[in-house]
Amino acid sequence: MTSSALNSPAAALADGVIAVVKRDCPTCELVAPVLAELERRGVALTVYTQDDPAFPEGVTRLLHDEDLAVSYHHAIETVPTLLRVEAGQESARTEGWSRPAWEQLTGIDGLGTGLPEHRPGCGSLSVDPAIADQLRVRFEGGILHARRLELASLEDEMEALFEREWTDGLPVVPPTEARVLRMLEGTHRSPDEIVAVVPPQLVPCTVEKVAINAVMAGCKPEYLPVVLAAVEAACTDTFNIHGLLCTTYFSGPLLIVNGPLADCIGMASGHNVLGQGNRANSTIGRALQLVIRNVGGGRPGRHGIDRSAFGAPSKLGWAISENEADLPAGWVPMSVEAGYPVGTDTVALFAGHGPSAVVDQLSRRAEDLIEAFVRKVSANIDLFFARRIDNMLLVIGPEHGRVFAEDGWDKARIRAELNERVFAQIGKPAPAPRWDGPAIVYAGGDAGLFSALIEGWVSGPTGSQMICHPIRTSA
Amino acid sequence: MTVVLDPTNEQRPVTRQRSERAAVIDGMTVGLLDISKPRGNVFLDRLQELLEERGFGVKRYAKPTFTKPAPADLRHQISQECNLVIEALAD
Repeated sequence: MTSSALNSPAAALADGVIAVVKRDCPTCELVAPVLAELERRGVALTVYTQDDPAFPEGVTRLLHDEDLAVSYHHAIETVPTLLRVEAGQESARTEGWSRPAWEQLTGIDGLGTGLPEHRPGCGSLSVDPAIADQLRVRFEGGILHARRLELASLEDEMEALFEREWTDGLPVVPPTEARVLRMLEGTHRSPDEIVAVVPPQLVPCTVEKVAINAVMAGCKPEYLPVVLAAVEAACTDTFNIHGLLCTTYFSGPLLIVNGPLADCIGMASGHNVLGQGNRANSTIGRALQLVIRNVGGGRPGRHGIDRSAFGAPSKLGWAISENEADLPAGWVPMSVEAGYPVGTDTVALFAGHGPSAVVDQLSRRAEDLIEAFVRKVSANIDLFFARRIDNMLLVIGPEHGRVFAEDGWDKARIRAELNERVFAQIGKPAPAPRWDGPAIVYAGGDAGLFSALIEGWVSGPTGSQMICHPIRTSA
Repeated sequence: MTVVLDPTNEQRPVTRQRSERAAVIDGMTVGLLDISKPRGNVFLDRLQELLEERGFGVKRYAKPTFTKPAPADLRHQISQECNLVIEALAD
């Protein structure tokens, strides 16, 4: 909830003791005589009733919180709730019926003779799932600045969004105010904060616009920090989403998430990691692509600026996480190789497409297995891309990882051996070691002696350089 | 009735009018912009020869990379130094 909502004049409370109740709550019925007793014993009492305007009896200052504004703005979750208000500020609160707590809050002893000592309350109407979203729209919808579009009653919602060319060809979730407000609960950032200037039209993009597109992509609110970080990273000169979008080449952004957040939001790093089936993986990358499409104006096709001759299925959206929990002994997460402390939440972006399979089911020594990778990488070191190796990314699966690790090879050793052998073949000196030359991610199912090569677009300063970017999860 | 929020940038780009064509271009300075695609320079070298034969002043420019928009400083420099500009796009 925003501070402006809390400060709403409609929700100002009188000094004294405030009770919020509803008749449809047995505990409120139970404490109704206690409220009357408080008034008789001289307490400055105001009672807000959520349902029956005549409940409870015997109270002079009885107000009907018909639109639930008071309940909403003061975050009432349970009825009865008792508040003490001094100089307009809440100074104490207790929920349900508890004789000691009520006595302490009101300063009156011997309350509710004959009642049990404790009785839990009921849910406040303002948090009833059936209306909580409507309340949020009514009281907080003003923080949203995007243009509202009323779909006609005869319009099919899904079809209406296709017709407005807001989708990537698959259905999108209609971005209603309630859904967008719920999405914004996933970040501490203000809806009007500028996240990035999005190519190709170089439009300043707010947290709100990202949230709208994240709703459409099918994201949950807890994915939003990753999407925001991905938009920031994509729109840097280093990653160069402008060039990636406009090229005739195949590639699109691949997101790799590191750190504890990936597990918390349920990202897949195991079976079918590069494929379909996991909501976070499928929708986070899609949200980034919808931002580029809808906010940046980057659309494919005859009249669009996305000029890819073939494209790739992964351009719908592609996000994975690294299997940090099961890393072989001595291996470090990709984010650590990129220079971040262990445990940092990051999203890395790579301009790629694919995947292409690295198959070797026979080798049992690192020395032999590396040759399968050398063959695959050598086939991709071609003249057009200036014989660079940082336009490739390796996803090493657990069974291949085990073969390397048993011989004591970690990611750095694999990378060094690969560079030395590949560049010796083409008669060039191996480039200086870098975390992204090539980047190595540990992921994939635990059965199958395979790995994956993700081919990429032009790398280096003339094209897209891989970027590893921190995810902001706190204010 | 469903109300949805607009996911786009909500901008309507203005339609720019083309500059008026000059009746006479003799004596004008022509900028040749290489976007740094391979062999763009071959095409521009030949254009420069042909333009200079006809008495035009020619200035050469290059974008650092074809994958990114031309830097603002470069665009400004071209607009200050030239009357016309020809851009070599292709490989």
